Amino acid sequence: MWRFIARRLLQAIPVFLGTTFLIYAMVFALPGDPIQALAGEKPLPPAVVNALREHYNLNDPLLVQYVKYLGGLLQGDLGETFDGQAVSDVLSGRWTVTAQLALTAWLFELVIGIGLGVWAGLRRGSLADTLVLGGTTLVIAVPVFVLGYTAQIVLGLNLGLFPTAGTEDGWPLSYLLPGMVLGSLGLSYVARLTRTSIAENLRADYVRTAYAKGLTKVRVVGRHTLRNSLIPVITYLGVDFGTLMGGAVVTEGIFNLPGIGQQVFQSIQLKEGPVVVGASTLLVLVFLVVNLAVDLLYGVLDPRIRRD
Amino acid sequence: MFGRGLSRSAGAVALALSVGAAAAGCGGGDKASDGTFVAGHPEPDHLIPGNTTSSYSWDVTSELFENLVDLDKTGNPVNAAASSVESKDQKVWTIKIRPGQKFHNDEPVTAASFVDAWNYAAYGPNAFEGNDYFSQIKGYADLNPEDEKAKPKTDKLSGLKAVDESTIEVTLDAPFSQFKLLLTHPAYAPLPKAAYNDIKGFDNKPIGNGPYMMDGAWERNKQIKLKVFPGYTGTRKPKNKGFTWRSYASQDTTYTDLRAKRIDLMQSIPAAKVPEAKRLLGKNVLPRETGTFDYLGFPLFDKRFANADLRKAISMAIDRNGINKAVYNGEYTVADSLLPPMIKGHRPGACGELCTYNPTKAKELYDKAGGFKGTLELYFSNAQPSYEQWMQIVANSLKQNLGITDIQFRKIPVSDYLSMLSDRKEKGPYRQNWEADYPSAQNYLEPQWHSTKNRMAWTSKEFDGLIAKGNGASTDDEAIKFYNQAEDVAIREAPLVPLWIWKSFGGKSDKIDNITITPYANGLLAHEVTVK
Repeated sequence: MWRFIARRLLQAIPVFLGTTFLIYAMVFALPGDPIQALAGEKPLPPAVVNALREHYNLNDPLLVQYVKYLGGLLQGDLGETFDGQAVSDVLSGRWTVTAQLALTAWLFELVIGIGLGVWAGLRRGSLADTLVLGGTTLVIAVPVFVLGYTAQIVLGLNLGLFPTAGTEDGWPLSYLLPGMVLGSLGLSYVARLTRTSIAENLRADYVRTAYAKGLTKVRVVGRHTLRNSLIPVITYLGVDFGTLMGGAVVTEGIFNLPGIGQQVFQSIQLKEGPVVVGASTLLVLVFLVVNLAVDLLYGVLDPRIRRD
Repeated sequence: MFGRGLSRSAGAVALALSVGAAAAGCGGGDKASDGTFVAGHPEPDHLIPGNTTSSYSWDVTSELFENLVDLDKTGNPVNAAASSVESKDQKVWTIKIRPGQKFHNDEPVTAASFVDAWNYAAYGPNAFEGNDYFSQIKGYADLNPEDEKAKPKTDKLSGLKAVDESTIEVTLDAPFSQFKLLLTHPAYAPLPKAAYNDIKGFDNKPIGNGPYMMDGAWERNKQIKLKVFPGYTGTRKPKNKGFTWRSYASQDTTYTDLRAKRIDLMQSIPAAKVPEAKRLLGKNVLPRETGTFDYLGFPLFDKRFANADLRKAISMAIDRNGINKAVYNGEYTVADSLLPPMIKGHRPGACGELCTYNPTKAKELYDKAGGFKGTLELYFSNAQPSYEQWMQIVANSLKQNLGITDIQFRKIPVSDYLSMLSDRKEKGPYRQNWEADYPSAQNYLEPQWHSTKNRMAWTSKEFDGLIAKGNGASTDDEAIKFYNQAEDVAIREAPLVPLWIWKSFGGKSDKIDNITITPYANGLLAHEVTVK
């Protein structure tokens, strides 16, 4: 098991170098001149333009820029945004917001999604099952911004159940509504995956054996079926945590949460290479760690899967 | 803050859900009044006045700093930190500073506070965004050499002198009658000595000489809190106890929060929400005049556009009123001059037939000019969907009224649009937008039409000469006379034709009153706002 972890962590190094370089190159290839875009309608004198280009290494070819960036990175310097803030400051400020949002959404998916899935899976064909299937299909079909604005106007503004936007009320209050909106898509998949998986496993031989041994239903479902059924669900939840961290641009925008997704979106428009690379690298690392954890969990859920 | 404490200790989702209803009402605008208010706007980029061209930064800095000269509500310059600004020849200006003024850290405001700040902003290698606003001061070229690799000879403007503690002498390259108005621009704010030790840290917690001071540091992407500066001695005495600028990434969300009473004020309700806002907010919707002007420019470096009759034909084939009704609910002001009505020197109807929809005359001029050959490409940026809407109507008019059938749209990403125009890569008429830095006819005319500055490659010694005469004039009336003559030349030749002036709508809560949002760089006059 330790060798497995070590191997996975070593694999992370080429993945890290590859992603940083690819993303750096992609930002570099974006059209437009970031310095001119900074100035807006007013002309910038050549001396100012040059000072800025020198400062951000924009006069260098791609490879030199990238090596300079990596050099800074090794000394813990993530670079600077075009408005002069250290990327590390920007990311650490936004990181907490994104982490709180992703965690809220993820918990929502986990608890409610698995709960609904089990409920429906145990009663295949019943009204409950139909409701869960129908409801989740609806959520999958509706685009997230429609869901977001609707929830904000109805639950936040009209009913006053939640704050409409912002982070002023802290965790969890400020993050409940956006978390539910962000997690609703994943929740639907989790519920459907759990339901199918449970329904299939209920027909398996080992379940019949367990019942024949005289075990109670609670014990059969809770200890045997559920544990076996959760493997695809856990895989999904692991991948989805990464998506929740990076893919919350729309939700963050609607609910005015200054998170990573929004920053990456803005920085791509401004061609701020260091920010995009820094944020993406962080997300890649989160992705790697979460998936390592998921792989380790397989062994716990199903002892037949072993790591050595 | 009831909601915050409770939800923290509660932790559990279910409990928090049940208290949501009680807590949601506690944010921003609905608190028991403490004499402060919250306004929402997009995040600023910098809080050093010389290092920004963002109006969201000026929202904050105009209350943190006090310039030598300020604008009154009708756009006239009035002395603020200065007690007098005088010149005999419009070229050498002597400024006396009102005694007894202090920065928020108790440092006295002296001539050096201004001179050092301006030198710092004008020095090319400091890469301040407001650098260009100092280009008329003598010696500017030495700080910003044309050759971008060259190191500047000096970091001090030779035309800038602190004669004594309270006297500044400014020498310009050429006479400039509008200098007092230029001094109202945010870039001309003073900086305390404390700024230069750590200019980046200063950007997070600026120390100014204005009626308000920072209440804590700038919470990036969240909010900037300002409180009253007790040592302020000027005329903008605050009528409230402080205010907060809260940052929003989306205008729609700002509007939702205004409706939810989480903020008290926003300056521009999204255009699509204005009809709804008028219905729901009633008197709390604040109509605002602006100085933001849309024009249609012609690339005169392309020979096909060299004939003035063709340019006039295109301008006269455009139904400005129809577009205003179709795209902007009839809210915008259709241009009748090269200047917006809020600018002194605006003459109603000055544009004459050039701005009047007249398909018959347009077709005559078009035929006289020999028509147009090839593809007519129309350029605009993707910043707002309405640009495409009105360009499509323009294209239809040109098809119907002039018979130009081969028309293509060129929608350019916003980040490339301006560099495309300054590199003169466009091959057809383009959308040009301008908002003045200070309310003067000169600031609309000279940057957009002057032979050395315009984007169209139009040259006119007559126009340049009249602008120079206006800049050298000793009275306002005389200056305006020359500017108007220059305007007539630009209308006659039509290298850049006016379309319309924007209108915008702010919104407020019941909690606050006495809202003035000027169409100038100072924007919201926050010190005048009263809180219930």
